[in-house]
Amino acid sequence: MTARVDVDLAEGPVLSRRSPLRWVLFVLGWVIALALPWFVYPPVAMDIAAWGLFAMSVDLLLGFTGLLSFGHAAFWGSSAYVTGLVAINTGWPFPSAILAGMVFAMVIAVPIGYLSVRRTGIYFAMVTLAFAQMIYFVANQWRDLTGGENGLQGIPRNFFGIDAIETDAFYFYYVGLGLVLLGVFVAWRVVHSPFGRVLVAIRDNPARVRALGYNVERYKIIAFVISAGLAGLAGGVFAISHGFASLQELNWTTSGKVVLITVLGGIGTLWGGPVGAAIVVSLEDWLASSGFEGTGIILGGIFVLIVLLFRHGVWGTGRQIASWVQRRRRQNTRS
Amino acid sequence: MGSFVQYTVQGLAAGGFYALAALGLAVIFGVLGVVNFSHGACYMLGAVGAAVLLDTTNLGFWPALLIVPLVMFVFGVLMERLLVQWLLRLDPLYNFLLTFGLTLLLVDLVKRRYGVSGLPYQLPAGLDGNVTLGSLSLSAYQIFACLFSLAVCVVVWAVLTKTRVGMIVRAATENSERTRALGINVTRWVTPVFGFGIALAGLAGVLAAPFRAITADMGSNFVIILFAVVVIGGLGSILGAVVGGFLVGLVEAYGQAYAPSFAQVVIFVLMAVVVLVRPSGLFGREGVA
Repeated sequence: MTARVDVDLAEGPVLSRRSPLRWVLFVLGWVIALALPWFVYPPVAMDIAAWGLFAMSVDLLLGFTGLLSFGHAAFWGSSAYVTGLVAINTGWPFPSAILAGMVFAMVIAVPIGYLSVRRTGIYFAMVTLAFAQMIYFVANQWRDLTGGENGLQGIPRNFFGIDAIETDAFYFYYVGLGLVLLGVFVAWRVVHSPFGRVLVAIRDNPARVRALGYNVERYKIIAFVISAGLAGLAGGVFAISHGFASLQELNWTTSGKVVLITVLGGIGTLWGGPVGAAIVVSLEDWLASSGFEGTGIILGGIFVLIVLLFRHGVWGTGRQIASWVQRRRRQNTRS
Repeated sequence: MGSFVQYTVQGLAAGGFYALAALGLAVIFGVLGVVNFSHGACYMLGAVGAAVLLDTTNLGFWPALLIVPLVMFVFGVLMERLLVQWLLRLDPLYNFLLTFGLTLLLVDLVKRRYGVSGLPYQLPAGLDGNVTLGSLSLSAYQIFACLFSLAVCVVVWAVLTKTRVGMIVRAATENSERTRALGINVTRWVTPVFGFGIALAGLAGVLAAPFRAITADMGSNFVIILFAVVVIGGLGSILGAVVGGFLVGLVEAYGQAYAPSFAQVVIFVLMAVVVLVRPSGLFGREGVA
């Protein structure tokens, strides 16, 4: 039973390199990313960017390696804590604190990845979930360091004494966005590299890749660690943006939420991550501001509906429509 | 030494819940290939069901032990017919995600209806005392819970190995395609098996009701430990689920007694060791992954 998920990446890019629509999407993406804090409350805009990168890190494993990690909160959350601790105790500028958090996430991803890739498919999901819960318990017990149920409060946002960025969420967004975009670039490079092609091949036919002489486990572990690093980067940005890190960041509901965002955006699309994040984060924000407490009812209900009826997600559906239109056009020119 | 026996009984009682629920998980996985994330939520519904039954109709523990699993059976049948069956042909990840969404939904619904504080439930009459053996004093209810879950496991095992229905279920677990090819209608058994698995989770919930805090969140941690149980035991294996359940219960109880801050972590360390040494689980077969 290999993990085979509804993705049609094998067909290659739907829009050709010279297609004008590609450029339109490219420019549109930049405009939205840069203009976001003008339209939504800046901390919410930062949340969207961070969750978007987090979802991309999950998609790197799920969509491009065929591994569903249900324990990515471990990397997002532990990086949030380490980022916070470094920022509080050293007073370094926040990008270096986030770097420390990211490195920490990658370090713990090595043993977790090493053990988890011994199983595939649904087992992989269960094993990663269990390890993430273990990290959660450790953080809960290690009260002196993590503050237990209170979490880490008052994480400073030092940035070379530039007051606007340190205090104003609007300007902070652009520095945070820069860090997130670095992560997005890494994810994009990985997917479009020879290494990424091997990952896709592993997803589609691990036995064959092994027969071709690749060390499948090592590729999976490296992908896992890269993915954990991206999740850690996103978690660090999130912690600095909010000024605190709580146990919630390590909880399995966080792991589930990021998978929800990934599926909603579209598995195996990479760009679906930010789209899904924008939908889920603004929905949650809207629910919270309207005073409705049963967020789980809405999110859970949406999840059930997506999985039943909308498995390709927003981006995946868009891509299907694009390829359908293209095929139609090609048929018309031929006849 | 006396306290050691006490912890053992405590661990076996807790292990009984894990074993029962993991058994349900294993049977469902075997026949449908579905890992039911909402198993913890069903366990919670079982406990909440027992408390609500007591509150509204004044029916105590013994009737609840029968009624709640029956209701959960119906719930499981509805769940399979309305939701799970549509995704059976796809990758098992989709049903995992579906039942995850369902978990969020169920937990929050219960939270909104019954609040976040625990619902009250007493030990059943006749089992609220202690049993004294020499210098030992053991909780009668824990002994009962342990024996009762063991008995249910034995009955399920007997049904699976000694009856025709059990033979079909085992054959379907082993190789669903070939069982079909031999002219057996596997599809007919899918729905009742799913309902049965959910009923076992509900039964574990009822058993847990008298001595665990009944809250909407009681299943959240439970289901993850349950996953550790089936990873340790081997997900395809019925025996693995039962042995894994009791093993984890014991490890947790000793952990709580001798290293309280690491009680939960020890379970996952055990799981890590099993994954490292025997990736397919203690009783799992290679290649089932």
